[in-house]
Amino acid sequence: MMLFSTPPYVLGQGSVRRVMLQVLIGLLPGIAAYIWLLGASIVLQLLMATVAALAGEALMLWLRGKPQGLFLSDGSAVVTAWLIALAFPPLAPWWLIVGGTLFAIVVAKHLYGGLGQNPFNPAMTAFAVCIVSFPALMSQWPALGLKLNLAEQLRLIAGLIPRVDVMSGATPLDALKTALKLGEGAVDVPTLLATQEVFGNFAGRGWEWVSVGYLVGGLWLWQKKIIGWQAPLGFLGSLFMLAAALWVWSPQQFANPLFHLFSGGTMLGAFFIVTDPVSGSTTSRGKLIFGFAAGVLAYLIRVFGGYPDGIAFAVLLMNLCVPLIDMYTQPPIFGMKNER
Amino acid sequence: MLQHLFGFKGGVKPQTNKAPSVQQPIGQAPLPARLYVPLHQSIGGSPNPLVEAGEQILKGQLIGGADGWMSAAVHAPTSGTVLAIEKHVAAHPSGLPTLTVVIAPDGRDEWITRTPLDYRSLAPERVREALRDAGVVGLGGAVFPSHAKLTAASSVAVEQLVINGAECEPFMTCDDLLMRERAEEIVRGSAIFRELLAARRVLIGIEDNKPEAVAAMQAAVQRLGEDHEVVAVPTRYPAGGAKQLIRVLTGKEVPASKRSTDLGVQCFNVATAYTAYRALAYGEPVISRIVTLTGNVLQPRNWEVRLGTPLRDLVALGQPKADTNKYLMGGPMMGFEIPDLAAPVIKATNCVIAGSPTLFPPSPPEMPCIRCGACAEVCPHELQPFELYWFARARNFGKTQEYHLFDCIECGCCSYVCPSHIPLVQYFRFAKSEIWSREREKQAAEAAKARFELRNARAEREQAEKAERLARAAAARSSERKPASAAASPPVAVAESGVASAVASEPAIASPPIDADALKKATIVAAMERARAQRAAVQPRNTEQLTFQQQREIAAIEARRANLQAESSPDEVNRPQRAAE
Repeated sequence: MMLFSTPPYVLGQGSVRRVMLQVLIGLLPGIAAYIWLLGASIVLQLLMATVAALAGEALMLWLRGKPQGLFLSDGSAVVTAWLIALAFPPLAPWWLIVGGTLFAIVVAKHLYGGLGQNPFNPAMTAFAVCIVSFPALMSQWPALGLKLNLAEQLRLIAGLIPRVDVMSGATPLDALKTALKLGEGAVDVPTLLATQEVFGNFAGRGWEWVSVGYLVGGLWLWQKKIIGWQAPLGFLGSLFMLAAALWVWSPQQFANPLFHLFSGGTMLGAFFIVTDPVSGSTTSRGKLIFGFAAGVLAYLIRVFGGYPDGIAFAVLLMNLCVPLIDMYTQPPIFGMKNER
Repeated sequence: MLQHLFGFKGGVKPQTNKAPSVQQPIGQAPLPARLYVPLHQSIGGSPNPLVEAGEQILKGQLIGGADGWMSAAVHAPTSGTVLAIEKHVAAHPSGLPTLTVVIAPDGRDEWITRTPLDYRSLAPERVREALRDAGVVGLGGAVFPSHAKLTAASSVAVEQLVINGAECEPFMTCDDLLMRERAEEIVRGSAIFRELLAARRVLIGIEDNKPEAVAAMQAAVQRLGEDHEVVAVPTRYPAGGAKQLIRVLTGKEVPASKRSTDLGVQCFNVATAYTAYRALAYGEPVISRIVTLTGNVLQPRNWEVRLGTPLRDLVALGQPKADTNKYLMGGPMMGFEIPDLAAPVIKATNCVIAGSPTLFPPSPPEMPCIRCGACAEVCPHELQPFELYWFARARNFGKTQEYHLFDCIECGCCSYVCPSHIPLVQYFRFAKSEIWSREREKQAAEAAKARFELRNARAEREQAEKAERLARAAAARSSERKPASAAASPPVAVAESGVASAVASEPAIASPPIDADALKKATIVAAMERARAQRAAVQPRNTEQLTFQQQREIAAIEARRANLQAESSPDEVNRPQRAAE
């Protein structure tokens, strides 16, 4: 029996590899700003994460009896790896990045069925697992006054230098929260933002430009139609509105919305995390709802919760809601728009 | 003319590849040595052969009579001798044989007496019959009998008649050339359709990549003093899908559950209008059609080809290049690979494309779905193809229907853009055919259940009747014998001997209640079956844009379903009557 090919006989240019490659390109402006701010050590972190991701992927593909070449080259593991490297503290010890990445690939991705099957965002799963398991290490960000050269940074990552508290500070978000808590009403946000060295022009000193880099890359992805506008707009919109509302109500206690938009993982989350097609909602309205709710949760967790940032938990909680959101946001089809 | 366009969501823009085949005018394909004319070339009933082997026939002679209303006649494409009426490979992806009239042409190409019809003075009903008997069917590829589409809905007047010259499939140019060269006849045919439907406006939609066709049609409309509106529509596949073109020109959206006439609009292909006019004004039945022969050939061109011409003879006209490895019938988006070039050209053959590994590279390996939603963005029916895919894969067919599987027109846009190269349309076809076959099984089971219940009810009633008769007889006996002997013989023996007399004396015993119930149930079942059969006979389905082979599959299923009903319904209708007698 001869088997005949099936229509359509012509195909578009799209492929999973192409999509993933474009996502990686979209990350480049942010990475460039990162290197400018902190030096080349982030490249090492990216490399380690990439190698760990590919190794984990190869192992799991072998165990699951899947074609290695096809899936190793699809680029999805590399995207996960880069997101982890960019979300983790830049001078975190090597085993944290490698362990987190392996957890993301092996547990969060392949134990659920591999590419396209994972209900939770693998990078955010890794982040959540690590911040719960190693809260101190995951909260240590290099103090900006501390000028380490590349060799020192590498030795720090390799664990050859003991980590002293002097070396590391907190993220701007964490710094603000801690200062407010320590001040117990004696300090107010505008003064803190104006006086403390960790804060820059509109958000964290230096970090604000990394966020701008993610924003640029994200807008490029949107323009390339790799991501839709709904999830980022929903996410940034709700975060902005909530921050603005509380800021207007009490500017002494709450940072302005611009600070929140460009602090922590907001921009990375808006354009590279809540837009993950596999673990996110698929309908137009669903994406808006998904982004919106994730933004609300992220704000609540980062301002009122115990963690420096809330994006990972917000996204994971929303991942849980995706089937429900999708079910209730099915768009009306051609010819049935006036029927209920 | 200014015309507001509405557009439709989704769609893709594959390379059109139309230029090579429009360089030359339509050529007349030579008469082949043998013609293989399949009897079943349209949706609906398969025509019955009206000729016998050895018979001399003339060009245009009826060789297959329309089988019922939903069917269309088939005619001899030339004069000659009928060699055989036998199974011959069909132009169908399955390559299965179908009943075919094999003709040896005599070379004289001698017509029957052609009688033009004065269609203006004829009753509309007669005109529709004439179209059916001339074998006029949708030549866009769906081959739906045209006369069956030429009746307005009872409650809604036809606002717009859409004439489809969009031709959105890549490579295909047969409608383009027809419009360029034979515009007047198309316009006249459209006017006939308009009269039959009493349509207020006629809108001729042509994709804007065919400026020559637009100009030719506009000129023809002006020459003939008609008020048809020729509208250039944006080039985007599948703008030529009937529902998409209707949407673009009128803003109306026809869902799968409705007929377009319910919304006051109807749509025909330009070639259909052309053949309708030739049939009525010249008495020429449909015996040939324009076929685009293009792709990996040295001489791409449009040919007017006699139906029944073996594809091998047609393909030879184009001189296929050495690396040709396959031939497609239809366009690259919705067409199929021809399994055997011995298959003939049929009414659905709008285009034959020679393919090579460079022209149609093999599809890259299928990857898992990453839920990117690219398919949903291009779906012209605004479905969620990836959801349908998950459900079809999981054989969750109930869910596929909930997500509107049957609104899918199988245009292939989703497969075209899928970054994971998933053959989505194949999954949807699979799901559809599974649902159809389950439906068949279910109906058969329901019919069997109804029969079984009826039989049980009858048995119960007969038993009850018997018991009652026995009781009555026993009562009669005992009352007769009371004075004689109070201690009578055992009642059973008495009753048995009394049966005959009891039946004879009281023939009209009211049926016991259990029987009335069963009867009512059976009557309801029978009535529902009849209603369903009627509905099936009247309702057109969402089959207009399907390819020929799909249409045929549907038709075959319908026929089998009808048989099934025919087998079961007489039982259901008659049994209660027989039981009551």
